Amino acid sequence: MVTEDPAAPLLQMQGIVKHFPGAKALDGVDLDVRAGEVHCLLGQNGAGKSTLIKVLAGAHQPTAGTIRLDGDEIAFPHPDTALEHGVATMYQELDVVDGLTVAENIYLGHELASAGFTLRRSAAQRTRQLMDRLGHPEISPHREVGSLSAAGKQIVSMARALSRDARVIVMDEPSAVLDSGEVDNLFRVVDELTEQGIAIVYISHRLEEIRRIGDRITVLKDGVTVGRNLDVSTTATDELIKLMTGKNVEYAFPERPGVPDDAPVRLEVTDLALADVFSDVSLTVRAGEIVGLAGLVGSGRSEILETIYGARRATRGRVELDGKSLRRGSVGAAVAADIGLAPEERKSQGLLLDEPVYRNVTLSSFARIARGGWLDERAERSAAAEQAAALELRPNDVERPIRTLSGGNQQKVMLARWLVHGCEVLLLDEPTRGVDVGARSEIYDLVRRLADAGTAVLVVSSEIPEVLGLSDRVLVVSDGQVVHEGPAEQIDEHQVLDMVMEGSVA
Amino acid sequence: MSEQQTSSGAATHTPTARAGGRRTRGRLPGLSGLSGATVRNLGLVAALLLLCLVGFLTGGDRFASLTNLMIVLSLAAVTGVIAIGMTFVITTGGIDLSVGSLLGLTTVWASTLATQTMADQYGWIVMVGCALLVGLAAGLINGVVIAYGNVVAFIATLAMLVAARGLAELIANRRTQIVDQPSFETTFQGDLLGVPKIVWIFVVVAVAGWFLLNRTTFGRRTVAVGGNREAARLAGIDVKRHLMYVYGLSGLTVGIGGVMLLARTGAGSSTNGLLLELEVIAAVVVGGTLLVGGRGTIVGTVIGVLIFATLTNVFIINNIDSSVQQIARGAIIVAAVLLQQRFARRSKAG
Ligand SMILES: Nc1ncnc2c1ncn2[C@@H]1O[C@H](COP(=O)(O)OP(=O)(O)OP(=O)(O)O)[C@@H](O)[C@H]1O
Ligand SMILES: [Mg+2]
Repeated sequence: MVTEDPAAPLLQMQGIVKHFPGAKALDGVDLDVRAGEVHCLLGQNGAGKSTLIKVLAGAHQPTAGTIRLDGDEIAFPHPDTALEHGVATMYQELDVVDGLTVAENIYLGHELASAGFTLRRSAAQRTRQLMDRLGHPEISPHREVGSLSAAGKQIVSMARALSRDARVIVMDEPSAVLDSGEVDNLFRVVDELTEQGIAIVYISHRLEEIRRIGDRITVLKDGVTVGRNLDVSTTATDELIKLMTGKNVEYAFPERPGVPDDAPVRLEVTDLALADVFSDVSLTVRAGEIVGLAGLVGSGRSEILETIYGARRATRGRVELDGKSLRRGSVGAAVAADIGLAPEERKSQGLLLDEPVYRNVTLSSFARIARGGWLDERAERSAAAEQAAALELRPNDVERPIRTLSGGNQQKVMLARWLVHGCEVLLLDEPTRGVDVGARSEIYDLVRRLADAGTAVLVVSSEIPEVLGLSDRVLVVSDGQVVHEGPAEQIDEHQVLDMVMEGSVA
Repeated sequence: MSEQQTSSGAATHTPTARAGGRRTRGRLPGLSGLSGATVRNLGLVAALLLLCLVGFLTGGDRFASLTNLMIVLSLAAVTGVIAIGMTFVITTGGIDLSVGSLLGLTTVWASTLATQTMADQYGWIVMVGCALLVGLAAGLINGVVIAYGNVVAFIATLAMLVAARGLAELIANRRTQIVDQPSFETTFQGDLLGVPKIVWIFVVVAVAGWFLLNRTTFGRRTVAVGGNREAARLAGIDVKRHLMYVYGLSGLTVGIGGVMLLARTGAGSSTNGLLLELEVIAAVVVGGTLLVGGRGTIVGTVIGVLIFATLTNVFIINNIDSSVQQIARGAIIVAAVLLQQRFARRSKAG
């Protein structure tokens, strides 16, 4: 795919160092990117990938190091400067404004205007073109972004990067919220872009994706470059994992011990419906069982979880825990009955960003840990520290504001919350979103261990192999209906894909 | 959340101690990791001391006397108590504009002829109970409208501001109601151990507020709701009920303030507390509580209240025109908030 003189890198970052108070995020990182290539950036959670691209985007100022574009040394004191020089970034955490429309979001900061008046019509028209190009003509330019799903928002964020005349587009874990159909779409767009000579810096924890579209790879570990410009086609996966983690990691799902026939039904959902989203959902999860919900983004999977949890008020139907009916639309009742939900969008739905890690871990249990209304912070700290150690939180420090943790580590905190709380039923929405290879298998093991201890687990994931590998039983959801139910071993990825292929992200 | 980290040894959990690191303010060894809040409070104390210095230089003994100190504290007490309640409201990301006119209403209601006559029979508790109940009820109404009616706090409490003032005028018939109730006067007027009783009330409320915010589940919920309402809800916190309680608490502190004002001025009037909401909000915000919610500090609020009370006192001692006072106050609010943001940024991003 490389179209230009390979000897001349388009973008060169050298010796980048970035210190935060109390943390060295980057300690001498090099990256060089050629025009027309897909350059993959790999590394464990907290390795410094997002920090590096924020330096590139002008969102962080490097402590030391140089950036060259076309051989000229350059500084990006502000995100605007980077954009002016053709470096556009899609951040890891969705950065769209919910209250604005799709078109307004895309042209935010570079509004199409004439004499001070925004040109809404041409913005809408161009937005439509961008959406066509991204394979989503059904997303209207006038739709409010807050009403879109996470994947829909990701597409808006991508359209925004495209709307700039970028020469380098940086994508920080764009596929984390996308299902396989969406990922195909993304890759088609990436191919188009590279053919035009645009360089892509691509971050993902899914190695199979890197095999599909990557040209070269840079590997980061603990803020330093440990693998430089590796050729995707000639570097073995084992080698990459070894570089990233410093050890050999088994990349496998835990064994299924099999659920005994006499295991009691923990969670029973009967004819659950939410107006305009899903209807007639019935399912059971037995103690010790992991049930997976497969389906496209927008098929109603997350909404099913949220409705069971009471975060949305069901229009019809019943949710029972150990045979006892739960009050409709009451999260408090669900949590009191020991049902936990790790939501899909951790930043907006899960975290108190300025609070320390331990208070985020105990957000659902501080009242239980407290004695007669008085907080017991010491107990909170030690409970959080225990789970942080078990989940290998990096850095393993529960006093830090959670804002300063990398995305994957924030995800671990969400899981730790329910581990501390203790759950009869655990609802997991994209439990490994943004989690690195090593931690991912730890999370699988952990979920399996919880199930073995008698928890009923219901998992939603966009990665079909994950759903199939982790669950005992799978339900396939399409357009708000359960279209298939059966043991996970008896179905494969293609069959699931065939069943769900009807649907959209909007 | 702030002061709490000051007292609980956060440092024990920070393995990344900066060995031989620079000793900048707020980054003292052993204090690392909590710098933001401490630095802010130190900054406020410095501002207060500076103000005292100015007072001393311009007013001499008229400023630096025990009598004057008590005057300042009495002045600060009513605003202070209400500012404690307001700190909770603002920490949830809300606002309560009704405190000024509610203060008027509570003083009027607790000093009507009927209430005072009853108090003659049953004691001061009638007046106090009346003030507290009126404040609490109005606060809860605010809370219900905001939490369960989904009305923006600004609008809901603005409506209460207008309505409460109207009700106060109606009840008082626009007359000033003199407090002439011996048991109330002996209980709340005068000094205890050389300090006015209403100042003691302020101290008790502030200490209670500190514990409530920093040491109880109520406080944790308050911070959580302000920090990320959706996350709090999904973690099982009953956000609506909690918001109702918080506005109720604000109303309750207004009730307490009403009792103190009756004691201090000896009169209930529908014009009591005019524009007080602005003074209270300014003190809370200057103290370091974030208007967007998620961070509140009682210590900051207390210092904020003291700064404004001292400022007024210095102006009065120097016979400065009240219009000039207003201008200076505006400038101080902006300067304080600007300074704080600088500190906050430095201790956050480095
Ligand atoms: N604002 C900050 N203050 C202090 N430390 C920070 C800050 N931002 C990031 N860090 C630290 O820098 C390190 C690198 O974080 P970064 O977000 O770049 O990781 P990442 O490679 O993108 O990980 P992930 O795959 O989980 O997204 C982490 O240890 C993180 O805790
Ligand atoms: Mg990242």
